[in-house]
Amino acid sequence: MTGSRGSPTGSKARYGRFGGRYVPETLMEALIRLDEAFTRAMADPAFQQDLSDHLTHYAGRPTPLTFCPNLSRSLGCRIYLKREDLLHGGAHKLNNTLGQALLARSMGKHRIIAETGAGQHGVATAIAGARLGIPVEVYMGETDIHRQALNVSRMRLLGAKVIPVASGTRTLKDAVNEALRDWVERVEDTYYLLGSVVGPHPYPLMVRTFQSVIGEEARRQVLEREGRLPDAILACVGGGSNAIGIFHRFLEDDVRLIGVEAGGEGLATGMHGASLCAGSPGVLHGALSYLLQDEDGQVSETHSIAAGLDYPGVGPELAHLRESGRMEAVSVTDRAAEEAFSLLARTEGIVPALESAHAIAHLVEIAGDLDRDSIVVVNLSGRGDKDVETTVSVPQGTGGSR
Amino acid sequence: MSRIGSAFREAEGPLFIGYTVAGDPDPAASVRIAGTLLDAGADILEMGVPFSDPVADGPVIQRAGIRALRAGTTPAGVFRMVREIREVTDKPIVLLTYYNPVYRRGLSWFYSEAAAAGVDGILVVDLPLEEANHARECAQENGLDQILLAAPTTGDARLARIVDAASGFLYLVSRTGVTGAREDLPEDLRGLIGRVKARGSVPVAVGFGISRPAHVRACAAAGADAVIVGSGIVGLVERHLADPPALQEAICAYIRQMKGAVRAR
Repeated sequence: MTGSRGSPTGSKARYGRFGGRYVPETLMEALIRLDEAFTRAMADPAFQQDLSDHLTHYAGRPTPLTFCPNLSRSLGCRIYLKREDLLHGGAHKLNNTLGQALLARSMGKHRIIAETGAGQHGVATAIAGARLGIPVEVYMGETDIHRQALNVSRMRLLGAKVIPVASGTRTLKDAVNEALRDWVERVEDTYYLLGSVVGPHPYPLMVRTFQSVIGEEARRQVLEREGRLPDAILACVGGGSNAIGIFHRFLEDDVRLIGVEAGGEGLATGMHGASLCAGSPGVLHGALSYLLQDEDGQVSETHSIAAGLDYPGVGPELAHLRESGRMEAVSVTDRAAEEAFSLLARTEGIVPALESAHAIAHLVEIAGDLDRDSIVVVNLSGRGDKDVETTVSVPQGTGGSR
Repeated sequence: MSRIGSAFREAEGPLFIGYTVAGDPDPAASVRIAGTLLDAGADILEMGVPFSDPVADGPVIQRAGIRALRAGTTPAGVFRMVREIREVTDKPIVLLTYYNPVYRRGLSWFYSEAAAAGVDGILVVDLPLEEANHARECAQENGLDQILLAAPTTGDARLARIVDAASGFLYLVSRTGVTGAREDLPEDLRGLIGRVKARGSVPVAVGFGISRPAHVRACAAAGADAVIVGSGIVGLVERHLADPPALQEAICAYIRQMKGAVRAR
């Protein structure tokens, strides 16, 4: 039995067998209203123009596609970075938060809540809330508050309230739990601005739609520069919003799509966040997708040096792309990500977020198998200022001029 | 006629449904607590299957879930507890669970094991009507009632479909928010119950925030067929972790008080 209008079990709520809406009844009507408002906004030229103006004149789109001569020379292929680190706020997250905050305003919501792991989504939500005059409250695990202190300060500076989460593993998963509990309580006046392509429908569709601008631009830019499509695109995968954002426009093309997960201490140790590589189908935070869990369906504790990848789930569309074979899923360790972090800083003068450094690290691992004229695009989803404290233990450059 | 159906048919006033987290604080104690609830006068026993990420629950039941999981509670363990309880009671037993533990072990397995252990109904908190087709089939195949939730936010059109699909009873969430004791019940409870009653004859059990005799009286006066008390009981378990006799006494006193309010309609 399904509803006749806006059926939530309609095909757009599903990616293959994944996705859906697994939430307590209290939230169902709110999700149906959200889906309707999103559909209306997408068909509304005024909304599109407003979003486009914000992205261009406020957020700084389009972001550059940067060729990396030094890294290309040392790795032996042609490497481009899609520079989401240069987006206002320092990560791709603002594409989504501006879109959703405009939607919240159009729905007449007077309060926005969000979850954050690395703090980038919290900062981007705080920015959008400040810009549009809507108060923002951000749930953040206590562990993440300590390891991403810079972003906590930024959120507060931007006028957002940061609410520490002390339950569970005190990381992103628990921040989502608390945000959902808040939303269940204040569903009538509150807009939940989810930060990745996870959660119940319509969130995975909505966040992917707002993030797809990354791939739209990248495809145009690489064609202008090289006259052909790239051979491969790499992106890190936590929930998967930057990955699906750059991949989506290339789904019909003959381009390798590689999602790089958090290998943590190594998959064999169980201390990682690699849901696609090491998980199994399960339901968390409102969607059926891949999940790190035990044999009884209890969600596993995860580990990653990158707070934004320290999450036991992954977006349902990515689970589908992986299962259908369209996307490759791999993982790299904390150690490899840290090395890539300093490698990119030293060779190209760009400090990547530790999350994005995972994608660079995998490129380093596969570069030997690529031809010299292979074109590779890496989505540099965020900048690494927030991670400088975390990585001080990494060996610094040996250059004498320090 | 299911045990749940009979219980409502034979009821002379609103039924009292007592909730406890299965395995809290450990399996043996949990079985004893369930027995105490039933002996003290609970008409239906509702047992929560502990889950690592209970997004619909407030702090009291979250902590109970953590205690139960630390004590090694699994779905198979919950069914063992139900078997033990079933040996000493004919009253209905309902499981309340999140979807992932059901999905992970497989719906067919979960429902058939539940039925074999003596469960009468299953409510999956995060499985709304639109996703519940397979679960409802499994319930039917195993002679179980698939209990559905309705909430104050549920619109009339969905409410009609939910009432139509519900079996056993409808779990009416009294207010937006997570589980946990509250000072007051929402003012429009009578209207909310009336909206459900106008759409079908399924018994209506009201839960969330009901922890005091005054709440029970208000629910009864508003037309509820049952009240569900969870965090109030789980809170007693937590308060008397080190002293089982005191816990037993506290539960008996609490349920007498709450049951007294039911009868006082």
